[in-house]
Amino acid sequence: MKPKLPPAALMSGRVGEPVRRPDAALKTRGDFPYSSDLQVDGMLWGATVRSPHPYARIVSIDSTEARSMPGVRAVLTHDDVPGKKVYGLEIPDQPVLAIDVVRYWGEAVALVAADHPEQARRAAHAVRLEYEVLAPLTNPELALTENAPRLHPDGNITRAIKIRRGDQNARADVVVTGEYEVGMQDQAPLGPESGLAIPDGAGGVDLYIATQWLHIDRDQLAGVLGLPHEAVRLTMAGIGGAFGAREDLSMQAHACMLALRTGRPVKMSYSRAESFVGHVHRHPARMRYEHGATRDGKLVYVKARILLDGGAYASSSTAVISNACCFAVGPYECPNAIIDGWVVYTNNPPCGAMRGFGSVQNCYAHEAQMDKLAAALGMDPVELRIHNAMKTGSTLVTGQAVDGPVPVAELLSRIKVMPMPTAVSGDHLDLTQMPGGVSNTTHGEGVRRGVGYAVGFKNVGYSEGFNDYSTARVKLAVADGRPRVEVHTAGAEVGQGLVMVQAQIASTVLGVHDVVVLGADTQVGSSGSSSASRQTYITGGAVKAASEAVRDRVFALAESELSGLGRGGSGESDGWRLESDAIVSADGGVVITLATLLGEEVIEETREYRPRRTSRLDGETGQANAHMQFAFAAHRAVVDVDVELGLVKVVELATAQDVGKAINPQAVEGQLEGGAAQGLGLAVMEEIQVKDGVIRNPSFTDYLLPTTLDMPQLRMDVLELGDPNSPFGLKGVGEPPAISSGPAIVAAIRTATGREIKRVPVRPHDLTL
Amino acid sequence: MEFLQPTTWTEALEMKAAHPEALPIAGGTDVMVEINFDRQRPAAVIDLTKVAELEEWGTENGMLRVGAGVTYSRIIEELGGRLPGLAMASRTVGSPQIRNRGTVGGNLGSASPAGDAHPPLLSSGALVELASASGSRRVPVREFFVGPKRNAMRNDELIAAFLVEPTRGPEQFSKVGTRNAMVIAVCSFAIALDVERKRVGTGIGSAGPTPLAAIDAEEFMAGVLDESGLWERPADVDPNAVARFGELVAAAARPIDDVRGTAAYRRHALAVLARRTFTWAWDERRRSA
Repeated sequence: MKPKLPPAALMSGRVGEPVRRPDAALKTRGDFPYSSDLQVDGMLWGATVRSPHPYARIVSIDSTEARSMPGVRAVLTHDDVPGKKVYGLEIPDQPVLAIDVVRYWGEAVALVAADHPEQARRAAHAVRLEYEVLAPLTNPELALTENAPRLHPDGNITRAIKIRRGDQNARADVVVTGEYEVGMQDQAPLGPESGLAIPDGAGGVDLYIATQWLHIDRDQLAGVLGLPHEAVRLTMAGIGGAFGAREDLSMQAHACMLALRTGRPVKMSYSRAESFVGHVHRHPARMRYEHGATRDGKLVYVKARILLDGGAYASSSTAVISNACCFAVGPYECPNAIIDGWVVYTNNPPCGAMRGFGSVQNCYAHEAQMDKLAAALGMDPVELRIHNAMKTGSTLVTGQAVDGPVPVAELLSRIKVMPMPTAVSGDHLDLTQMPGGVSNTTHGEGVRRGVGYAVGFKNVGYSEGFNDYSTARVKLAVADGRPRVEVHTAGAEVGQGLVMVQAQIASTVLGVHDVVVLGADTQVGSSGSSSASRQTYITGGAVKAASEAVRDRVFALAESELSGLGRGGSGESDGWRLESDAIVSADGGVVITLATLLGEEVIEETREYRPRRTSRLDGETGQANAHMQFAFAAHRAVVDVDVELGLVKVVELATAQDVGKAINPQAVEGQLEGGAAQGLGLAVMEEIQVKDGVIRNPSFTDYLLPTTLDMPQLRMDVLELGDPNSPFGLKGVGEPPAISSGPAIVAAIRTATGREIKRVPVRPHDLTL
Repeated sequence: MEFLQPTTWTEALEMKAAHPEALPIAGGTDVMVEINFDRQRPAAVIDLTKVAELEEWGTENGMLRVGAGVTYSRIIEELGGRLPGLAMASRTVGSPQIRNRGTVGGNLGSASPAGDAHPPLLSSGALVELASASGSRRVPVREFFVGPKRNAMRNDELIAAFLVEPTRGPEQFSKVGTRNAMVIAVCSFAIALDVERKRVGTGIGSAGPTPLAAIDAEEFMAGVLDESGLWERPADVDPNAVARFGELVAAAARPIDDVRGTAAYRRHALAVLARRTFTWAWDERRRSA
């Protein structure tokens, strides 16, 4: 019994060629099977009972009435968790189901399985919960104080970071200070949390799930379910977006518990409103900065204080605050720094991974500071940035010397000279080009144009000593008279294009036209997470390594076959290559076709690929070689602001980014556009509004995502400067577009309005009242 | 949940009489959202999409009578010339898919203060035709909204149509939202100049417990235009008078702080919208005169 899953796709294309998504047509037609479409005969539906309070003691849970309702098959609480009752990516602090206390609004307390989803929902309403409501701790500043209630046994500070670099008493001619605030952004994947758990009848379970990392889900589930790893098998279902929202467990353990208890397949799929409490969000930030510079515009020091609100549970908070602090200064040389960062527990919604991961928040601050500094110095803001830009060999505030291309100045120079969009002509009114759009708020009245620049960077891959690797299994055999490569990894195709990258790398190394990338599951080793812009690098590296191992065996087989025929011998393969489904000699002649050579033979190799090691930040100084690769991007924004109404039209975004090597240029463009749109969203509209711990806008009616009228054309300049350490010289691509796009837009709004703007997203009343 | 699906208007009214608790549904762009979000669990719904009479429009004694089931898309395409303010508002409703399903009748039934159709219906002095098995009545739209999401309907009534005079002068509609398309109003404003009767009509959306008319502003501006003889000989209107008009519109609003915006911003923005839309309407008047 298996549900319908996305089909394995037959692809072709070499590294560097634009390759279209194999699922593009299915998705466009609405035929792609997403995880929310999963179904098998006889399945039950799960529903979750959630806390209506951000902080409360659970006095009693009475499920008597719920159990007696029609169609209800099970009602479970924390008492029913078979194994470990808490889980977490870094700190196991989050209960599978709340135990004695709830720490955020919407926390899962109990589960119901029923024949029909409506029966399950009604039964969930009928679970009687008695709470003793507590005063929620919702201000992260208060969470730092002694008098605050301790939300977890070790206190409210999830992690504190101290970075000390150079002269701690450095003084400067010109000093600018600023305070900045970033609101809570949501990843807003269109596919809600959903999956299907099917018990195997022998105590184990198969889970079909849309997730970013199958194996860490598997490991956490085995613990929660009290099962050996091999009894918990995960298969990837169609993913409707991720952006960090699928790193933590949501309904995985719940569906498995219900399935194992009832002996029936159980489907869970969150509603849109439930999804807003079903995953972690981007950390809201409060930042205080002081920059000191010489009169000729060289940074002397940066002091920064960064406070992130981690919400009720840790998730990946400890790594997010590390990033926020490591990259606090931006991609600039700065000899002296004092950076202090904290991420704290509160009773707000839990926060964790989201595209940009700590570097988005600090970019708003360091880029605003650079503009302030430029104004104080009377310098052009781009010139000031170029004047201080990191280059190859520059040292971060963490003491790490950055190797490989560091094209910060070049990226800035390139966006600076790109042609400007034309001003809106007064002759012909096109509302779609106006702030306010088709809502007809201005015909040109009050509209002022501003231009802003920003540059940002972050780490690619997991940092601080994490044992990162990926596994790939590559198989070469003949099918229908043609050689065919099968690639099997557990890497999550979240929409970024990992399937094409895998096919292109295997096709390039093995010279084979037809490549099939199998669906991801836990029948092969871990690929790590589709996070941190790392999959092309690390799973790409694993596919390359496994493909090369297959190639070596092909050559060995050919040597032995040919020597058997008296046509050569050992060492013959020097100078051979694989091309056009054949072995080709150095002079370009076909030695033997793969179809002929292989016959019935199947060559399969599995390899793990590991990037270079990193180490943990020193607790007192924050010094370490903590990161393995860095990616840079710069943005220019041209924005029209209706200064009377505070409405904004982003007229154009331009970007330059070094991608090292564009494995699939079409997917690279998609990442640059999508990331810029997500950055735009945080700059001008996307915010989860939380009041007293309660989300006030858990819907796409009031959590606004940019539409095609909000996101302008993106002018792109993609540089391929080649990193000497990485496979094919590539760099991670996915996150940098989301970092500096928003700060560039805010800089442009500042120019247009003359207002300071200390907070994003920028709201109309921030620009008018 | 009971599902009622009449195929004629008479049958619909009989069903409503027999099931006064039944919630009418037409395009479903509001009702289905309420149900999906678990905000409403109606005991019965009465599906009006099979009632052909509701999808008709025609003229009656010089008035347009538009069936409650006419969609926003059709208002734009078929009535845009005669009801330009309503058509402008209709263009700002949701996405093309929503405009293909949603109806003005549904907007009136929900009676949300943020309903996009309401300000132009207020500014042009529309009537709402309500019907029950025992007869029908016509309620001025200015008396129709009685509270937040509450209207003057009895529970045995359905909305048959709205009636409105074809345009008698320039009309404008303007809506503030924090996104450039597909957005619910933070606040909105409609203006209609009735050149023949020398009246100024207004409608305010999303800035009070109900959609509102800014009556003081209407009378003030009509007075200014009268006193200066501008209705007959359109010329520049004193900028101070236009500013005063904006202030009076803002003063007529009764906004609150909510998730979409602050009360102070809504008042501020309404004054801007009132000044701008009046200016656009008056410019059109001058061009046509």
